[in-house]
Amino acid sequence: MDKVRCALIGSGNIGTDLLYKLKRSELLEPVWMVGIDPESEGLAIARSLGLKTTHEGIDAILQHLAEDNIRIAFDATSAYVHAENSRKMNENGVFMIDLTPAAIGPLCVPPVNLRSLGETENVNMISCAGQATIPIVYAVSRVQSVEYAEIVASLASLSIGPGTRANLDEFTYTTSNAICEVGGARRGKALAIINPADPPMIMRNTIYCLTDDAPDPSRITESVLAIIEEVQRYVPGYKLVNGPVYEGNKVAVFMEVAGLGDYLPTYAGNLDIMTAAACRTAEMFAENMLSGGAPGAAEQAAVEGAGS
Amino acid sequence: MSEQSLEGRKVILHDMCLRDGMHARREQISTEQMVTVARALDEAGVPMLQVSHGAGLGGNSLQHGFAPHRNEEYWDAVAPVLKQAVMSVLLIPGLGTMKELKSAFDHGVRSVHVATHCTEADTSPQHIACARELGMDTSGFLMMAHLNTPEGLLSEAKKMESYGANTVYITDSAGYMLPGDVSKVVGLLRENLEEATGIGFHGHNNMGMAIANSIAAIEAGATRIDASVGGLGAGAGNTPSEALIAVCDRMGIASGCDLFKLMDMAEDIIFPMMEHIVRVDRSSLTMGYAGVYSTFLLHANRIGEKYGIASRDILVELGRRKMIGGQEDMIEDTALSMAKERGMEIAAASWAAPERCQPVRD
Repeated sequence: MDKVRCALIGSGNIGTDLLYKLKRSELLEPVWMVGIDPESEGLAIARSLGLKTTHEGIDAILQHLAEDNIRIAFDATSAYVHAENSRKMNENGVFMIDLTPAAIGPLCVPPVNLRSLGETENVNMISCAGQATIPIVYAVSRVQSVEYAEIVASLASLSIGPGTRANLDEFTYTTSNAICEVGGARRGKALAIINPADPPMIMRNTIYCLTDDAPDPSRITESVLAIIEEVQRYVPGYKLVNGPVYEGNKVAVFMEVAGLGDYLPTYAGNLDIMTAAACRTAEMFAENMLSGGAPGAAEQAAVEGAGS
Repeated sequence: MSEQSLEGRKVILHDMCLRDGMHARREQISTEQMVTVARALDEAGVPMLQVSHGAGLGGNSLQHGFAPHRNEEYWDAVAPVLKQAVMSVLLIPGLGTMKELKSAFDHGVRSVHVATHCTEADTSPQHIACARELGMDTSGFLMMAHLNTPEGLLSEAKKMESYGANTVYITDSAGYMLPGDVSKVVGLLRENLEEATGIGFHGHNNMGMAIANSIAAIEAGATRIDASVGGLGAGAGNTPSEALIAVCDRMGIASGCDLFKLMDMAEDIIFPMMEHIVRVDRSSLTMGYAGVYSTFLLHANRIGEKYGIASRDILVELGRRKMIGGQEDMIEDTALSMAKERGMEIAAASWAAPERCQPVRD
């Protein structure tokens, strides 16, 4: 079967982990990886897996996009350069999946809104914490209205690369906004903690929701358990540790995300949930491209179970 | 401590009552109380005081508790009564943001502690740069310093210095450090940082060492000491300002603060404000001994009561799991997991708690 050919922009933790996911995809074929550092470990891995690479930045591959028939690009650089990267790719007819917090395109959390993204040339994956927590916020808000949701993501220090570290505010703003826009809470707040414990801690996420009316514990618990199963289809290590706990109008859910250990070890579930979500999103658009449709008209092309 | 005389040394006292002290009050200090405390500090000659939610900018949250007022309301109330003191704030990247820092500046805040865990200084460059651009006196604040080596702390301090920090703090958030540890790391920083970069020390009294640690820091070259009148702060409290100034006076260290005014303030204003006696007790001593973030104290007491588990057991387990500042959610998570392991029934009745949570809008 033909696959849709892809380029990865950014050779850090996220780009490299995504590379492994794409290599396993039945619908996507990674062809290029772009970096800016000749010593990059990600670029070396990409070469060893047969990809074409450049360390001269995005401009170095623009001339190759057509001849290599690149249809989808993944941007795992930083929010500050994403808009420019996206413009260059879209101009060349390449669909963009944004793994930075730039969020210039619609926000996507696969189990929540993959099927209703509409016409677009750019989709944003929010943040690792967003991917790990917004399904739970949505699971509560689809049962009853949520006045305020707050998420706390604890991440292993070794899993957080220099780009994320230097731009923590963008992470905070984008995730907080997505808690409302995608999760369905009226107000949202995101907190991130980077923990250097050795051995590294597995990614943990706590989700708090304040419901307008007294929460209905049995319906909310059922909804939360159902969405956890949906996420587990593409991130098997997505696990409920404690809760839901109900106290007044507060619902608390304590999650853990273990990764597949593709690039970084399993503690870095934050990489997996981001890259697996991006891969799943790209597969849906790829399915549509392969069936001859425009990349944006993807509403009907949901690819149940096709995730990596 | 060596016999070196500290006669004539100068130290800048930075009071924490109205920020760290918020933790000791479950974030519940009124604007009226803030004004009373701030005015007294200003009159006692204290040159700097921190004013905000205990967790600083962005602190109002389910994770850290909601104060009765937004930070902006506190600053607007305090700023007009200050005749000489500078008002400061705490910013922990990942919780607070540059938007909130700009708002702080607009409301009269002129100094900031930009705080990271002691190994994660590289999460602070944009916030330190932003503070400097605003023209604020900017400190890098390395929390839970006992979890890094002196050499490691130096390397993190150098990063903060390179981002533009005017001062770098060694922050003993768990009250774990001993005077020898403090001397060693402050001395190493003093030898290796730029001459223009100041060094600060922020202590907690969980092991009863806060004064001794602060003096050790001054002796090794620190010029800024965080303290709190009456010790009002997380855990067993901060270094008590009045006792520190008494020691400084006797040693000939100049602080510009009026000892008797600080004593009166502790007795007449701060002690009556305390909901519990802030002291070295079973829980706070456990934190110092096990190296647990001081702010966890009241949370662990509350959660321990809720699930019928001794708070000391929870605190020790949190220490074993190497939880750091900001991970208050893991207190309840840890208690729930401990309850499961012990085969305890987790009461579904916890649902029936009467209090309705009303978040403050930040």
